Amino acid sequence: MEGPQMDTWTFGWTLALIGMAGTMFVLWILSLLILLIRKVFPQQSEASATKKG
Amino acid sequence: MESALVSGVQGLFLGVLNLGPGHVIMILIGSLLLYLGISKGYEPLLLVPIGFGAILVNIPLSEMMAEGGFIRFFYDAGVRTEIFPLLIFLGIGAMTDFQPLLENPKIILLGAAGQFGIFITLLLALAVGFDKLDAVAVSIIGACDGPTAIYVASKFAPHLLGAVSVAAYSYMSLVPLIQPPIMRALTTEKERMIVMGAVKQPISKTTKIMFPIVVTVFASILAPKGAPLIGTIMFGNLMKECGVVERLKRAAENEITNIVTLLLGLCIGATMEADKFLRGETLLILGLGFIAISLDTAVGVLFGKLMCFLTGGKINPLIGAAGISAFPMSARVVQAEGQRHNKKNYLLMHAMSANAGGQIGSVIAAAVMLSVLQGMGIVGK
Repeated sequence: MEGPQMDTWTFGWTLALIGMAGTMFVLWILSLLILLIRKVFPQQSEASATKKG
Repeated sequence: MESALVSGVQGLFLGVLNLGPGHVIMILIGSLLLYLGISKGYEPLLLVPIGFGAILVNIPLSEMMAEGGFIRFFYDAGVRTEIFPLLIFLGIGAMTDFQPLLENPKIILLGAAGQFGIFITLLLALAVGFDKLDAVAVSIIGACDGPTAIYVASKFAPHLLGAVSVAAYSYMSLVPLIQPPIMRALTTEKERMIVMGAVKQPISKTTKIMFPIVVTVFASILAPKGAPLIGTIMFGNLMKECGVVERLKRAAENEITNIVTLLLGLCIGATMEADKFLRGETLLILGLGFIAISLDTAVGVLFGKLMCFLTGGKINPLIGAAGISAFPMSARVVQAEGQRHNKKNYLLMHAMSANAGGQIGSVIAAAVMLSVLQGMGIVGK
């Protein structure tokens, strides 16, 4: 069943469950990405590059 | 001549003759919003223009929202097109410092838990009889984020925009009253006293610049319908962090935000016409909005308790309450509550991380919602 004809509770539970899981999943991925970019661009290397420059 | 005089005099009194009880009630409600904004300081930047807009639109025959009317022009240009909330996001991004979140990224998960109220309220709204898209618009009050609420409501249920926006902004300003009892009810004295050590993680400038770009690309790919929301807040933040477009950043956080806030407030107020606002469903929306924000707080604190358990008691569950988008008010509430129970407890920076997570979380929750709706075929591709 898809689209506007979907019954109210199928709609509600689908949106609620995927919404909660999806929000959690996307933010978890973002937390991993933050750790990754922090590792790739650490503060020390930037500071020493500035010093050398 | 005589009849012309009579008609002329009648014209002077047309407003009075057309004044109904609904208009009077709405003018009083508009005045109440002005009072709350001016005298009580509750979100004055929004409540003052909303209150005045509500008064203006309920002056009989003023035709503010009629085709070609003064406020209708701005409504069509900025609210119906969803441009105004997006421009506000640009300013919010330019004003927000995500450093605390970058220092402690796992806390971002509290920003997800703090959005669960949206989805639980969606079920409640359906249960009390709202139709699907109206229920989505009502539940988004739980994002505790004005522009997100306005964006989603104007997209799916423009007829509910006034009630949804007023509920969102009113409850956001009442966060210091709504949250503490829930935080106390769901935590033990021992948990509230947990001292969290300082997280002083050096963050490079490149990381701060990369953050908005990476978030935009990945989050938008995962939830493409939310790209305008994610893109504008992150673009604002990129302007702040890159340091080379100071003028643009200042324009985003000052001129653009100020002008748009003013017009957006007036437009929202102008959607509060008596015949549209004075309905039973408005009270339901206000009630569901309160439940949504309370649930956000409750789930955030419960998730904080889970993180406390998983980390062996290193996380104070109170910071879970800051996983909502009311920034930085909610973080301050957590700090005050933590200090009430342990004078040596400084939770502010941790709560700020959760609060910044809540800001991103509310946008992501809306983006996920829009994309799921698209996937289900409820809204157009």
